[in-house]
Amino acid sequence: MASSRVALDVSDIPEYGFGHRSLLWWATASMMIIEGSVFAIVIVSYLYLKGRVPHWPPTGPSPQLFWGTLNTIILLASCVPNALTKKAAERFDLAAVKLWLAVCLLFAVGFNVVRFLEFGALNVRWDANAYGSVVWVLLGLHTVHVVTDFLDSLVLAVLIFVGTDLNERRFVDVSENALYWYFVVFTWLPIYAVIYFGPRIS
Amino acid sequence: MTPGETKRRRDDERRPRLADHDARLTVEGLERERRALEKTWWNGRGLVAWLSDTDHKAIGRRYIVTAFGFFTLGGVLAALMRIQLSRPDNTFLSPDQYNQIFTTHGTTMMFLFAVPVVLAMGVYLVPLMVGARSMAFPRMLAFSYWMYLFGGIFLYSMFFLNIGPDNGWFSYLPLAGPEYGYGKRADVWAQLITFTEVSALVVATCLIVTIFKLRTPGMSLNRMPLFVWAMLIVSFMVIFAMPSIVISSTCLILDRLVSTHFYNQAEGGDPLLWQHLFWFFGHPEVYIIFLPALGMMSEVIATSARRPVVGNLTMVLSMLSTAFIGFGVWVHHMFATGLPELSLSFFSAASMMIVIPTGIQIFNWIATIWSARRLQITVPFLYMASLFFIFIIGGLTGVVLAAGPVDRQVHDTYFVVAHLHYVLIGGSTFPLLGGIFFWFPKMTGRMLSDRLGRASFWLLFVGFNMTFFPMHLLGLDGMPRRVYTYPASMGWHGLNLLASVGAAVIFVSLVVYLVNVIVSLRAGAVAGPNPWGAATLEWATSSPPPAYNFSPQPTVASSEPLWHTELAPPPIVGLASDTREVLVTFLLDAEPDHRYPMPGPSLWPLLTAITTSAMFVWSIFQAQGVVWGSIPIFIALVGWFWPTKGKKALEHGAPTRLTARESLS
Amino acid sequence: MPHVQSVIHPAGIEAARASHLWWLIFGICAAVWIAVAMAALIAIRTGRRAASRATDRQLGTNIAVAGALSAVVLIAILFESVLTGRAEDAIRTPDALHLQVTANQWWWDVQYVNDLPSLNVTTANEIHLPVGRPVRIDLLSTDVIHSLWIPSLQGKVDLIPGRLNELWLQADRAGVYRGQCAEYCGLQHAKMALVVVAEAPDAFERWLAANRAPAVPPSTPEQERGKAVVERGPCAMCHNITGTLAGARSAPDLTHIGSRSTIAAGTLPNTRGYLGGWIADPQHVKPGNRMPVPGLSDEQLQAVIAYLESLK
Ligand code: HEA
Ligand code: HEA
Ligand code: CUA
Ligand SMILES: [Cu+2]
Repeated sequence: MASSRVALDVSDIPEYGFGHRSLLWWATASMMIIEGSVFAIVIVSYLYLKGRVPHWPPTGPSPQLFWGTLNTIILLASCVPNALTKKAAERFDLAAVKLWLAVCLLFAVGFNVVRFLEFGALNVRWDANAYGSVVWVLLGLHTVHVVTDFLDSLVLAVLIFVGTDLNERRFVDVSENALYWYFVVFTWLPIYAVIYFGPRIS
Repeated sequence: MTPGETKRRRDDERRPRLADHDARLTVEGLERERRALEKTWWNGRGLVAWLSDTDHKAIGRRYIVTAFGFFTLGGVLAALMRIQLSRPDNTFLSPDQYNQIFTTHGTTMMFLFAVPVVLAMGVYLVPLMVGARSMAFPRMLAFSYWMYLFGGIFLYSMFFLNIGPDNGWFSYLPLAGPEYGYGKRADVWAQLITFTEVSALVVATCLIVTIFKLRTPGMSLNRMPLFVWAMLIVSFMVIFAMPSIVISSTCLILDRLVSTHFYNQAEGGDPLLWQHLFWFFGHPEVYIIFLPALGMMSEVIATSARRPVVGNLTMVLSMLSTAFIGFGVWVHHMFATGLPELSLSFFSAASMMIVIPTGIQIFNWIATIWSARRLQITVPFLYMASLFFIFIIGGLTGVVLAAGPVDRQVHDTYFVVAHLHYVLIGGSTFPLLGGIFFWFPKMTGRMLSDRLGRASFWLLFVGFNMTFFPMHLLGLDGMPRRVYTYPASMGWHGLNLLASVGAAVIFVSLVVYLVNVIVSLRAGAVAGPNPWGAATLEWATSSPPPAYNFSPQPTVASSEPLWHTELAPPPIVGLASDTREVLVTFLLDAEPDHRYPMPGPSLWPLLTAITTSAMFVWSIFQAQGVVWGSIPIFIALVGWFWPTKGKKALEHGAPTRLTARESLS
Repeated sequence: MPHVQSVIHPAGIEAARASHLWWLIFGICAAVWIAVAMAALIAIRTGRRAASRATDRQLGTNIAVAGALSAVVLIAILFESVLTGRAEDAIRTPDALHLQVTANQWWWDVQYVNDLPSLNVTTANEIHLPVGRPVRIDLLSTDVIHSLWIPSLQGKVDLIPGRLNELWLQADRAGVYRGQCAEYCGLQHAKMALVVVAEAPDAFERWLAANRAPAVPPSTPEQERGKAVVERGPCAMCHNITGTLAGARSAPDLTHIGSRSTIAAGTLPNTRGYLGGWIADPQHVKPGNRMPVPGLSDEQLQAVIAYLESLK
């Protein structure tokens, strides 16, 4: 093959790609499939356990709606700065990225704090019965995502603000981070429904 | 339009050019390029460099060697079991030892040998087969290897401390639960699973991204080698199957450690929930082990027959449908649990249907061999062809097991033990040994000895059947599995003795194989780039391949590029040689998309794996280990992803010893 | 081989059906194996000589035909299998003999359930059945999952804590069969067997009546002393002997132990020597089982053996 005299010269193609063109997007997609399946399986387990007992919750009251609903609203609202961050990153607008990423982080602080109040509002301990176990795990798993997403974004924000190695691919990182943020928000909706309305609908 | 948007639009229009009589294609130009690449991709020498290596070939080799190490350990445990079972009422092993041994044997073979080793073949071969310079996310790949290694070390440390798991490789509850699973044994099992699932998920992700985005131009999906297809499908199976065991094993640990009640029937949990979740993973798991072996089959058979496999598309569709149906048969492991008749019939039917795609592939291979240009019966071919005789027995006993009323008789007997070894060894280990034989020259530059190869093969063939065929009869005569001994009055000792002798023959055959490897590494015939006359891209580069795999990177114009040299598609020029740049292409047609620099060697993956392992181990002893143990992991991750400029020094300077500080950049 | 625990030597209608199905599938699979192996061998011969003139199209047609044939064969197997499964309904009759088997690590508690609970019969590790009459066995477990498997009569069904499973079977041939726990249940899973005696209905009724009676009183001074040791010693903390002070339920019922053919869940023949050895050191033959070493003096031991042997 080395004897060929014609070559395909790729030296002029770009060094980055957004969306499904980037490697990172696919890694994020793979993570979303994995974690989405994890959530789905816990939800199925929830329904399975629910189907095996006459009362649900077996004893005690259903979870209080207030904090969970509040958090749903905060999470959904955070989609706005998140969308703006993503847009800004995709047009390499550093100032806007800084602004909206900071706003996102404020939201993240908000829903992380409210999340801890949610555990108290579940009205059951994890070791009370299988119902308690499964709602704690469901909420706990999502909390792990909320916390890691916050930490991710924090590190990314530091990188952006400090400005090390700031090239196009850093903006791709921001865009992928925003995608994962959507994932965390939108997986919350079915989880919210199951945790808070699973016991209310029979 | 903002300046940023203008830039985006301009960049999107930058496309590759065809360069005629390019100076970079002259002999001197190529040589210069090669020298530059040699420097850029050089990993350095010394222990630190070794520990920070991220080359997919090095990691693939390590994975394979480690997996065979665990195979040897698992095999030695099997030998101990066979000694114990060779006589009735034997007291060679105590029941407690036996139970730990059979559990650790099954766990090792499934989680530390069969799955990692087939994924490892993909790690080594896939980037080469798709013509890429590197795997996507090489540091993640290194991390996955360390996790796997530490998981295995963890299991065996516990085993030698007499806290090896003892509840079987599927660890049913409540036996493994807080009430009956004494000590830490069940936790050790559950946490080993966590280690292996992390590493498998990472490898699967790396493989998918490599296959989707790093295929060299021209390799549209329909030109992808069948082995690459198999690895792609398997990677997706890993991604969809593992979450189920992630959750179920986490809940098991939670039940044991912080008194949740997922599986505790007294508090609204259900032991059968475990079985559903486990087998929803466990059945796909066996096809995860099986499909890559089928991919290797296809490559070796095509090469031996000197023609592409008949029905390329049906092969791919068969593997795809196997993967799909594989997620819908899990209840066939639970036929005796008293589930309703209707659901049993459904899962019976699904288990029967999954036979058809496997059958189609077998028919395709037979047709390929039949219509060979001139079949060469090489040692790899022998290993592959044995599948038609051995694996099929296992597959057919699978059909027997899929029939509910018969399964309720032979479930949990040696008939199932026979089935599982016939399919696992016949369907995966034989092709694997053949595959190693086939790709050994690529990996090491030297051929394995044909004579020793044939001797080892026939010994294995005989020993294998001698060991596992009698087990069918034992099962039919009522011998349950997982018994540490049996009374003389049952009359099972003759066949058991035969099986034990057979295991000794297997042992000898594998020793011969090992000797062959060791001798050939030093004194084997030098292989050259393409000793078997195979068709796929890994044979286009030297043996062993250079760190950067190809220079210049080839493109392809058919699915058997090395058999159609007359097409001679233009090679790639213009990838940077002062950074580890790879060419990213589009998913479907593999048209060039952009260039992307891969990170170089780094110690951070190792450090992250160490901190993660510490957290995993800590957490089975104390729940708060999860919280405190996560802090070092976070620090390691930040170190990992923190960008530094120091890298350039390494890439430009003359090859030097890599210091620890540099490798942490 | 004695074939007392064999899938292919059935002694009851359900096992016979399963065996039938097995032979059918076996025959088909053997034929498939021979066909594939032959095809592979011929293919290798043809391929070596490069003798094939077949186009890929023709090969494709052959493959499609083979695939279609496989599908037909599989559907036939599935059909037979489902029919065999359904056929079990035939013996699910209301007048079936009703048993309840409760699994424990590592022995079987057996109860013959009567409408009048006082007429229930309790025994352990040994089941007597009337030939020709359907039997329904309710399956329970007190600890982990076990599986009741008497291959001569019927496929296995698991005993799962928190669930009630049923096993239906019918013995058609008188004889003594062996069953064994088939789900791994811990340390002594290997030694959790049971004896099944299928006998003529009148013999069965006699056996049942005998077992319904309380324990026979001791008839010699040695037996008398043995009884006293059992009642006041450690035995009574776990075992029951109806009609005596021993009334615990966490170990096999001993009311008619003298009439059973094995001890330690089918592990040892019930002879004087083995019984003595077992009581002297239960941890020797079946290490880890839940019976502690009772620590009897030699003389006490002889007395207990004499007493237990008398409990026919
Ligand atoms: C590589 C691994 C592998 C593979 C490929 C298979 C393949 C199959 N397995 Fe197996 N199986 C295991 C690994 C595997 N299995 C393991 C490890 C266990 C035990 C787990 C444990 O309990 O420890 C198990 C257990 C197991 C059970 C549960 C048994 C029990 O516990 O009671 C069942 C039941 O249905 C089953 C069925 C099947 C079927 C129908 C196939 C089919 O996919 C087979 C298809 C192939 C063929 C049939 C041969 C080729 C086909 C033709 C030539 C076409 C023509 C054929 C006909 C017309 C019949 N398997
Ligand atoms: C791929 C999977 C795999 C492999 C390869 C094997 C290999 C073997 N197995 Fe295994 N086995 C399982 C998977 C596997 N097994 C599983 C999943 C179970 C169920 C566990 C459970 O119930 O929980 C099981 C259970 C099982 C049992 C039943 C235990 C019981 O129920 O009580 C027995 C009994 O004989 C057995 C025997 C053997 C033997 C003799 C081999 C031999 O083939 C081993 C041969 C290997 C050696 C002897 C090692 C020698 C190696 C060298 C000398 C170096 C080689 C190096 C190179 C080639 C480079 N196995
Ligand atoms: Cu009880 Cu196995
Ligand atoms: Cu299966």
